[in-house]
Amino acid sequence: MPTVSLKRDLLFQALGRTYTDEEFDELCFEFGLELDEITSEKEIISKEQGNVKAAGASDVVLYKIDVPANRYDLLCLEGLVRGLQVFKERIKAPVYKRVMPDGKIQKLIITEETAKIRPFAVAAVLRNIKFTKDRYDSFIELQEKLHQNICRKRALVAIGTHDLDTLSGPFTYTAKRPSDIKFKPLNKTKEYTACELMNIYKTDNHLKHYLHIIENKPLYPVIYDSNGVVLSMPPIINGDHSRITVNTRNIFIECTGTDFTKAKIVLDIIVTMFSEYCENQFTVEAAEVVFPNGKSYTFPELAYRKEMVRADLINKKVGIRETPQNLAKLLTRMYLKSEVIGDGNQIEIEIPPTRADIIHACDIVEDAAIAYGYNNIQMTLPKTYTIANQFPLNKLTELLRYDMAAAGFTEVLTFALCSQEDIADKLGLDISATKAVHISNPKTAEFQVARTTLLPGLLKTIAANRKMPLPLKLFEISDIVIKDSNTDVGAKNYRHLCAVYYNKNPGFEIIHGLLDRIMQLLDVPPGEDKGGYVIKASEGPAFFPGRCAEIFARGQSVGKLGVLHPDVITKFELTMPCSSLEINIGPFL
Amino acid sequence: MADGPVAELLLRRLEASDGGLDSAELAAELGMEHQAVVGAVKSLQALGEVIEAELRSTKRWELTAEGEEIAREGSHEARVFRSIPPEGLAQSELMRLPSGKVGFSKAMSNKWIRVDKSAADGPRVFRVVDSMEDEVQRRLQLVQGGQAEKLGEKERSELRKRKLLAEVTLKTYWVSKGSAFSTSISKQETELSPEMISSGSWRDRPFKPYNFLAHGVLPDSGHLHPLLKVRSQFRQIFLEMGFTEMPTDNFIESSFWNFDALFQPQQHPARDQHDTFFLRDPAEALQLPMDYVQRVKRTHSQGGYGSQGYKYTWKLDEARKNLLRTHTTSASARALYRLAQKKPFTPVKYFSIDRVFRNETLDATHLAEFHQIEGVVADHGLTLGHLMGVLREFFTKLGITQLRFKPAYNPYTEPSMEVFSYHQGLKKWVEVGNSGVFRPEMLLPMGLPENVSVIAWGLSLERPTMIKYGINNIRDLVGHKVNLQMVYDSPLCRLDAEPRPPPTQEAA
Repeated sequence: MPTVSLKRDLLFQALGRTYTDEEFDELCFEFGLELDEITSEKEIISKEQGNVKAAGASDVVLYKIDVPANRYDLLCLEGLVRGLQVFKERIKAPVYKRVMPDGKIQKLIITEETAKIRPFAVAAVLRNIKFTKDRYDSFIELQEKLHQNICRKRALVAIGTHDLDTLSGPFTYTAKRPSDIKFKPLNKTKEYTACELMNIYKTDNHLKHYLHIIENKPLYPVIYDSNGVVLSMPPIINGDHSRITVNTRNIFIECTGTDFTKAKIVLDIIVTMFSEYCENQFTVEAAEVVFPNGKSYTFPELAYRKEMVRADLINKKVGIRETPQNLAKLLTRMYLKSEVIGDGNQIEIEIPPTRADIIHACDIVEDAAIAYGYNNIQMTLPKTYTIANQFPLNKLTELLRYDMAAAGFTEVLTFALCSQEDIADKLGLDISATKAVHISNPKTAEFQVARTTLLPGLLKTIAANRKMPLPLKLFEISDIVIKDSNTDVGAKNYRHLCAVYYNKNPGFEIIHGLLDRIMQLLDVPPGEDKGGYVIKASEGPAFFPGRCAEIFARGQSVGKLGVLHPDVITKFELTMPCSSLEINIGPFL
Repeated sequence: MADGPVAELLLRRLEASDGGLDSAELAAELGMEHQAVVGAVKSLQALGEVIEAELRSTKRWELTAEGEEIAREGSHEARVFRSIPPEGLAQSELMRLPSGKVGFSKAMSNKWIRVDKSAADGPRVFRVVDSMEDEVQRRLQLVQGGQAEKLGEKERSELRKRKLLAEVTLKTYWVSKGSAFSTSISKQETELSPEMISSGSWRDRPFKPYNFLAHGVLPDSGHLHPLLKVRSQFRQIFLEMGFTEMPTDNFIESSFWNFDALFQPQQHPARDQHDTFFLRDPAEALQLPMDYVQRVKRTHSQGGYGSQGYKYTWKLDEARKNLLRTHTTSASARALYRLAQKKPFTPVKYFSIDRVFRNETLDATHLAEFHQIEGVVADHGLTLGHLMGVLREFFTKLGITQLRFKPAYNPYTEPSMEVFSYHQGLKKWVEVGNSGVFRPEMLLPMGLPENVSVIAWGLSLERPTMIKYGINNIRDLVGHKVNLQMVYDSPLCRLDAEPRPPPTQEAA
């Protein structure tokens, strides 16, 4: 969930009133936001870097507000205030207009070289804008928030904003060999080639995260103006030449990307949020984008869409009984201008360009419910009549757990993920023999594989509890995972029961006795006939030679028991003899 | 017969005494160790009301071993003074005397003696005065005579600094007759025996009282893990509410069932390598229900079922990628898909509690794997009010009655609501679960009828358990590093009972 950090006093000023922290928290909660933290720059720095560094930092009160991940229109002060003011019916939602320029329209021409790397671009112009320091900061911050969220860290969309008065169109969006791109980037004092820049930015804490998007591509995307000035090398960096400042009056905005829909949404969000500060409020100057196929489009789209929803559908989905007129009013408070039409039960809803999150009637239903107030909805119980059933494997597991404890064994809960070493090397096995599933992106060795046996977890539990009085008698009933090409995903869980006895003597008879008890509980008689159970001498690298047996029950092998090999004991950092038992309980269902 | 000769003596003396007697005085009178008398007092006390004994502590000044020697033979300085003949003594010889070193400097500072360094065969020591008073010896003798109070505070502390005197605390008993006082105490039996029962001798025998303040002997037993005890209770609650358990025994899931089927777009951040464990082997799902996959693909990329869709290029390769399921909702999707294939539609209530996996940064409240609890109801005409009603019943069974609901965003539910409850201990609203109505874009491609709504909610098993038991670090609850003593000592899980106040400040 994105968090927006706003200056409290600036926020209250824009809202036209002040709130206590509790009142504002309540307002947020009602609207689906969360006032996550009340802090200040000073507090943040002092928390992260200590009081010394914080000295002199601003102690202006900041509200950190959690915004739902699909509400891109609430990611800046301008949008958040507009949303809340409309919600509280203090203002009407503004109408955003795209206008044609008096003179020539700004043109962005996309060449076909971009096709393989970053094929889409959209653009628009904010004309006669008036920034202040706070507005300017908010403008930059919104771009950052969009980059981090809908733009997926610039992979899907990257935004470039430029001082139009320093440039001259038409602009060309193309892709070139990195060695052929040379310009002075933002915050540098001289020109570099793209190759040099990529090297420099490897150590840049902010930019290094975006390099991978184009790094190994033969051509890099780049935008030029008609004089060959580099506007930007998306998605990495803008040119210094066209950098915007607090004094910039005309802004050229370009968004390039791999997802056309998202590029259009991002452009719409930026211009709707900041056209507030244009001389003609809420108007945006169109720009033309010419695609490689010669077709040309005008942006921003700023599309208003009409949806029709029946009032009784909203009432039925929410569980309320409101008149169509009231529902239309509720929706209008959510920035969705609505009116009752037709037979008087039909509500026509206008979806503004800021609400790209509305893609289905259910989104409209939710907004009606939010405006009604979730906590005002009458709670009722559904009449759904059902008979409950347990999942048989879990039912058996539950029954066995209680009787394992009654047999004097203590239940442990260990991790399903572990290292290759745990399930292979430490048990004297080769990893290929385990048929384990392997994780491709583990952050540490603890998450290399899914366990194929419960034994390592139990032995690690003993190792962490060596100070406890002996004997230690532990068990776990849980799932292990084995590769299996007969299943749709190629792997299968098995429910295992594992028990260990750890003491000064190996206690094989105790583990053997436990097996007898388990079989008694499962109503499996001793002996090979009639689906009974028997243990037969066997061997395994984890066991002491001659002290291992395989367990057969109901005509199949279900597991092994025995005295652990001294090497296994040592590798798990244990010092005492230990016997163990591990069976698959699936066959006993 | 009394319990030992000392006890017998004590009882006789007590009988003759006027009101009571002091254990130390008695020991002195009988000429025995005080400890022996104390032993007798304790054994008589154990008999019940025979005697009453009140513990008294008194402070007393006693001479140290060196102090006693001085009281007997005089102070070191006096001994030095006395050893010097009128013609004087060589200093080197004087220093060899047992009291030489200490006595010499003290006698010097008392100005009893002097040293003549000009003597022919080395320095010689001469008396200065003819006689002297050995004050130190006199004072110590006073203390020895039990008259320490005659010394001033300053004098006592000076002697203590010289380690001649020490203050000792003496614990004595003031013994008086108890309500059942008798000089003829018989030996008490400790335990009832089969012989006593058969002979009937138990009728005449007194029995030693039990000490009910002592701890009992814990039985040898096995134990269930606290988190899994909580799991059992959650299962119980769902079963009481008529919910059927879904199969969740598949940790490995395809991206398709984990994300795509839930209408979670392929560029969603949750599908990032940073959040999800993907598999290297087996890297891809072998089979997908291709008819259904086509409907899912269309809904994502073009819309349909009344939806605009996400309008992006949906890729089958991405859907095939195997992963460790990030939520049990993937299992719910499978269950709902199976339900949709059964005609006609029958309403269901489902639940599951099982492990899920996140490739997250680990901290005190986050592990790479945890248990998710999930409840699902599918029926015609379910409302948001129904969802809230079911949640109210569910949480009431957990002992949570104060609920409020916050609008939220989940990719696969709309409307969505976060559930908050007021935590009395923490004095604030804490999030206890997430819930919503599954999106039509998820349900309709499965083949569920259009007027069927599916409400669902989820929470983690670990979080309520940690809050309930005041556990601050999840590693103290889950995994191989937990202290088994914690498992041994954990109480029954009764979710609707008042929790024990957390031992430390904050659990959330």
